[in-house]
Amino acid sequence: MEDSKHLSEAENWTEVIEPHSSLLSLNLKEVWRYRDLLLLLVKRDFVTYFKQTILGPIWFFVNPIFTTIMYTFVFGNLAGLSTDGAPQVAFYLSGIVMWNYFSNSLNQTANVFTTNANIFGKVYFPRLIMPLAVVTSNLMQFAIQFLLFIAVVIYYSYIGKLHPNLWVLMTPILIVLMAGFALGLGMIFSSMTTKYKDMTMLLTFGVQLFMYATPVIYPVSAMNEKYRDIILLNPLTAIIECFRYGFLGVGDFNSGMLIYSIVFISIMLIIGTLVFNKVQKSFMDTI
Amino acid sequence: MKNIALEVENLSKQYRLGQVGTGTLSHDLNRWWHKIRGKDDPYLRIGESNDRTTSGVSDYVWALRDINFKIEQGDAVGIIGRNGAGKSTLLKLLSKVTKPSTGNIKVKGRIASLLEVGTGFHPEMTGRENIFLNGAILGMTRREIARKFDEIVDFAGVERYIDTPVKRYSSGMYVRLAFAVAAHLESEILIVDEVLAVGDAEFQKKCLGKMGDVSKGEGRTVLFVSHNMASVKTLCNTGILMNNGTLQEQGSVNRILDLYVSFSTNSNSKFLYKEDVNKAAQVLDIRILNSKMNMTNEFSHLEDIYFDIKVELRKHINARVNLSVLDKYDNVIFIQRKNITYGVNVFSGMLKGNVLVPNTYKFAVALDNPGVEIYDIVDGGGQFNIVDIGNELSLNGDTENGIIVSPILWNT
Repeated sequence: MEDSKHLSEAENWTEVIEPHSSLLSLNLKEVWRYRDLLLLLVKRDFVTYFKQTILGPIWFFVNPIFTTIMYTFVFGNLAGLSTDGAPQVAFYLSGIVMWNYFSNSLNQTANVFTTNANIFGKVYFPRLIMPLAVVTSNLMQFAIQFLLFIAVVIYYSYIGKLHPNLWVLMTPILIVLMAGFALGLGMIFSSMTTKYKDMTMLLTFGVQLFMYATPVIYPVSAMNEKYRDIILLNPLTAIIECFRYGFLGVGDFNSGMLIYSIVFISIMLIIGTLVFNKVQKSFMDTI
Repeated sequence: MKNIALEVENLSKQYRLGQVGTGTLSHDLNRWWHKIRGKDDPYLRIGESNDRTTSGVSDYVWALRDINFKIEQGDAVGIIGRNGAGKSTLLKLLSKVTKPSTGNIKVKGRIASLLEVGTGFHPEMTGRENIFLNGAILGMTRREIARKFDEIVDFAGVERYIDTPVKRYSSGMYVRLAFAVAAHLESEILIVDEVLAVGDAEFQKKCLGKMGDVSKGEGRTVLFVSHNMASVKTLCNTGILMNNGTLQEQGSVNRILDLYVSFSTNSNSKFLYKEDVNKAAQVLDIRILNSKMNMTNEFSHLEDIYFDIKVELRKHINARVNLSVLDKYDNVIFIQRKNITYGVNVFSGMLKGNVLVPNTYKFAVALDNPGVEIYDIVDGGGQFNIVDIGNELSLNGDTENGIIVSPILWNT
């Protein structure tokens, strides 16, 4: 009698908080329930980013324009790096727009525990919302810079120097892949930064170097055989080359490379989510 | 039998003290090595109870140790205890901010926790935007917030400023808005930490009223941590007394409040000073006792406070003892002087209850030869608290009640 009562009661719990939970208990249903929070966080970033600035969203143009000018001058003219025959401005801008989105998302995702320690320490919500909000918010900056890029592409197509093709339709998928990679890698790092602050230093530095291992300022075709295979291991290579192939009509690109990226990034994302999910439950004690 | 809304079983939480970072890697590797061989975490076995006053040997302490309790649905539970008793840790575990080291918590229904008001408020955003964001952080959907929006604004009384960035708000308005959002949460269980310390008396009363509605009217369960015994008494029907990370007692709120007041930790109520033979006269000991002659430093406002002061005069000189009671800002409330004789003198006395209003006070003792020399001054110890367990003054919800209980006798 006592036992049966105990049993029926035990089934009624909405939730049981325990010290150890399975690695796979992701509770994505809960994340979905908090989708409004995700939207509101993105809105917050949007609303607050330009508060009290005079130029507002214009600032998003400043970075890619000046970086492109610098790259055109240093890598294009001084170093004389190849652009696969595409106009230098369009070539560098395409790389910068994509790279900015990736590096910003990665850096912010990796520091998500540190920057939000205050909120995380006071209230519970699925922590996964925060990195998701980061990559979504960064899309806004990306969108504005992407418009700039489109304007440049239209100009060069009009004067007959560029010939975009149907691969441009891949762009949304490329962006999702990019976000997925930043998210996966960022979450792995975020889990380590809570305990070992050294990781933050390593990451800032590492991201800078990683740009040179990604075809941002050079095309894959410019690489000699020896380094080419290494560059091709980078899952971002296919994404940026595909992006350029679509809009600029130049570059070394095949669908095999893209499939490799998709597989690589998916694995990364799964590992990142699992690690993040494990760390989020106790990080408040160590941060 | 009523429904159990929350059940806590063998709950413990261990923290690591000191420099987190040094040795983290080696401990992690050791943990991992035990884990892959299928053994228990080696650091969970060590650790000691969390007593701040004695320094321990181990780096690991148990902030909570083997807590067990059940809470029935619709109860308003006051969690009380001294600083460091584990109240906040318990709330953190209940609100899932961090996970327990051992044990488990079973919950029926949604939990909303209010460990701080205004979590996630962004100063640059307007009141309206912050209501939505804060509500979502606390677990509401946009539709729920939209439905309650007018009610929230009304409760906070900031209608005129609702489209102004909250950085332009006065701190009172800010807190009111933040609390208003939290007060309209639709969870079955509400966890509230000491968040009412801010805001004016009128608003505090309003908040208490709102929380009372939540538990009494709507049948929701409320867990409330506060040092303000008066608000615990008005709001809660049951209580939990915590001490050094363990659960001391669970019961009706009156019994728990009485226990809290009479509950003594000897380390704080006895002040033994090291003998120094170079001093011509010295204070040796101050003890503060209750009417049962148990040492304590917590008294209810009606209780008489007993004290023993032991002094020694080592030379044949003129000397007197100056006993004063100071408030927490070190203002002298009164002084009384008595002559001392050669040898050890013990002065025992009683400070009548219902004279000082609830607050923190301390005894200070000085030994001097008037106008000639001061031999010894002790004002660091002898602290005692007069705790408000609900009196006429506290019901008004005012924070400033002066020092002495009003001696006025009203004619009408």
